Amino acid sequence: MQYLPNVIFVILLVAGIGFFVKNVSRLKRNIFLGKEESLTDNKPQRWKNMAKIALGQSKMVVRPIAGALHIIVYIGFVIINIEVLEIILDGIFGTHRLFAVLGPVYDFLIGSFEVLALLVIVAVVIFWIRRNVIKLKRFFKPEMEGWPKNDGNLILYIEVVLMVLFLTMNGADYQLQQMGADHYVQAGSFPISSMIAPLFDGMSISSLVLLERTAWWLHIAGILFFLNYLYYSKHLHILLAFPNTYYGKLTPKGQFKNLQSVTDEVKMMMDPDADPYAEPAEDAAVPDKFGASDVQDLSWVQLLNAYTCTECGRCTSECPANQTGKKLSPRKIMMDTRDRLEEVGKNIDANKGEFKDDGKQLLNDYITPEELWACTSCNACVQACPISIDPLSIIMDMRQYLVMEQSAAPTDLNNMMGNIENNGAPWPFNQMDRLNWSKES
Amino acid sequence: MASELKVPTMAEFFASGTVPEVLFWVGCAGSFDDRAKKITKAFVKILNKANVSFAVLGTEESCTGDPAKRAGNEFLFQMQAVTNIEVLNAYEIKKIVTACPHCFNTIKNEYPGLGGNYEVVHHTQFLKDLLSEGRISMEGGSFKGKRITFHDPCYLGRANGVYEAPRDLIRKLDAELIEMKSCKQRGLCCGAGGAQMFKEPEKGDKDVNIERTEQALETKPEIIAAGCPFCNTMMTDGVKNKEKEADIAVMDIAEMIAAAEDL
Repeated sequence: MQYLPNVIFVILLVAGIGFFVKNVSRLKRNIFLGKEESLTDNKPQRWKNMAKIALGQSKMVVRPIAGALHIIVYIGFVIINIEVLEIILDGIFGTHRLFAVLGPVYDFLIGSFEVLALLVIVAVVIFWIRRNVIKLKRFFKPEMEGWPKNDGNLILYIEVVLMVLFLTMNGADYQLQQMGADHYVQAGSFPISSMIAPLFDGMSISSLVLLERTAWWLHIAGILFFLNYLYYSKHLHILLAFPNTYYGKLTPKGQFKNLQSVTDEVKMMMDPDADPYAEPAEDAAVPDKFGASDVQDLSWVQLLNAYTCTECGRCTSECPANQTGKKLSPRKIMMDTRDRLEEVGKNIDANKGEFKDDGKQLLNDYITPEELWACTSCNACVQACPISIDPLSIIMDMRQYLVMEQSAAPTDLNNMMGNIENNGAPWPFNQMDRLNWSKES
Repeated sequence: MASELKVPTMAEFFASGTVPEVLFWVGCAGSFDDRAKKITKAFVKILNKANVSFAVLGTEESCTGDPAKRAGNEFLFQMQAVTNIEVLNAYEIKKIVTACPHCFNTIKNEYPGLGGNYEVVHHTQFLKDLLSEGRISMEGGSFKGKRITFHDPCYLGRANGVYEAPRDLIRKLDAELIEMKSCKQRGLCCGAGGAQMFKEPEKGDKDVNIERTEQALETKPEIIAAGCPFCNTMMTDGVKNKEKEADIAVMDIAEMIAAAEDL
């Protein structure tokens, strides 16, 4: 019986991590439903981008208030997790404050965790106020209704609860240390929780132990819960921001990819030796569909982008179309892509690893042509994203499908393209008149 | 004055067995749009004054394919690109200057993958080089002390990271450069990009060019400077919509320099 807590702890830990691993493998499977895209080039630049943008939060501070608050929560999250290592080891071995042997270093660590925990609580409260009291416009777009709004708040609540549990655990521990309770070694410094310790005055050692243990268990259980909450939430960005910035676009923002399948056809058309009546080779692959109408037509990086999006809405708030009341919202493009991908993933799970046509697709069922045609391709959304998501590339791929597979461009654009085809300019002017300006006064 | 414009074509250079220093890619707007043609001529006047050996393709030039590509017609884009590249490569073009950021972006970034490799510069970059090489001189003249705000073209700024060349030129005119609340990397689009120039906008509360014009008007400018023929049209329309055309001019930077030099 003596080892019962250890056994329960190990079961909890294995279950928590096991479930997380399962979710990660599902995530990976879904992301790689996307088309292959080789991004093995320019490794040094990619590492640099990841260090600067994800680790260094360089694009967060473009908006100083949100940026500073986010950095507090981010540093808190990373640093306080050192403490989780100790908690896990204590849980497995039944020890208490295993790292106390570090002496003054330990005091410093615990002290700084506490300060950070308090700062995190303050930052999270301000975040909550921004969302629920000040009601910042970017959190109140149509795509944010329902689950996305609740998800955002839920994350804030979980973070506060975890920090409060951490401080309660320390406060009770501090009180027990003062009282010289068995098992509670004199270790750590408690600049914040010592302030709440007076609340526990008059409590017996046994009830303090109960309080400390309850907070300890709930804290670690909460962390394991949060770890597994990620997959069902926008909060995956805490992990995916790193690969996403690594695989982010390195070429100039204005450079859109040239479709290889089109290049092949154009080359054949321009080749005087090509036989226009040639039968396709027996083993010739089915020609690629042009553009994207569903998530499988997008590249895996675009799908990674979708899971990485944390719905902050900076893209949408910078979007000229959205600012002027059009339906397009780059954030919605990312959320729709992720939601459809989840739907496709569940379909595959339900059908023994095989996708069964569900009569739906990303185009029309999630993203309407009206949204796609409102884009000015100005790259404001791409610039605004703090973690290198590229909504514009998805918009352009879907336009390609509309135009090249469905001939469904707006009439004005068909006229423009007809003009380019016929006379080499988007307007109906004769190419032979191209130099007339030089003779006009 | 207009009769003094010297606009040699590549064909003429080729016939005489010589090569110009740079090809001036005029673009569709610069060739056909009445407002943009003024920018083209202003730029040519500066080139003439500076004795730059340049040529245009003239009737051998065709749309780069940019609006087709942004509209989703990759096929038409690549047909245009391959045709243009054949012409450019046949003339062994090394360096291209253009006053249109869309042409600039497409030729610079999207032609190399299809076999067209050239040094491509925007006319503001080219003018800045002429200035630093001492080939043109600039006095502020009538622009001295004027309040000027610069509207960043998306395909020059965000798309290609060129923010300073146009601004340096405005400062050289001894003008007072005032920035709009969203500028440079966060500059707001004029509403014309992505083939929007050629279609009606989707339903909304407002047109993008009006929103941008309002931002420009907040700076109380005497001149709104532009570096793109499409932005120029959009901002001109915006200023007219606000009935401010009597007080505020929308000018390309090349036009400002040409005017300052009385060209």
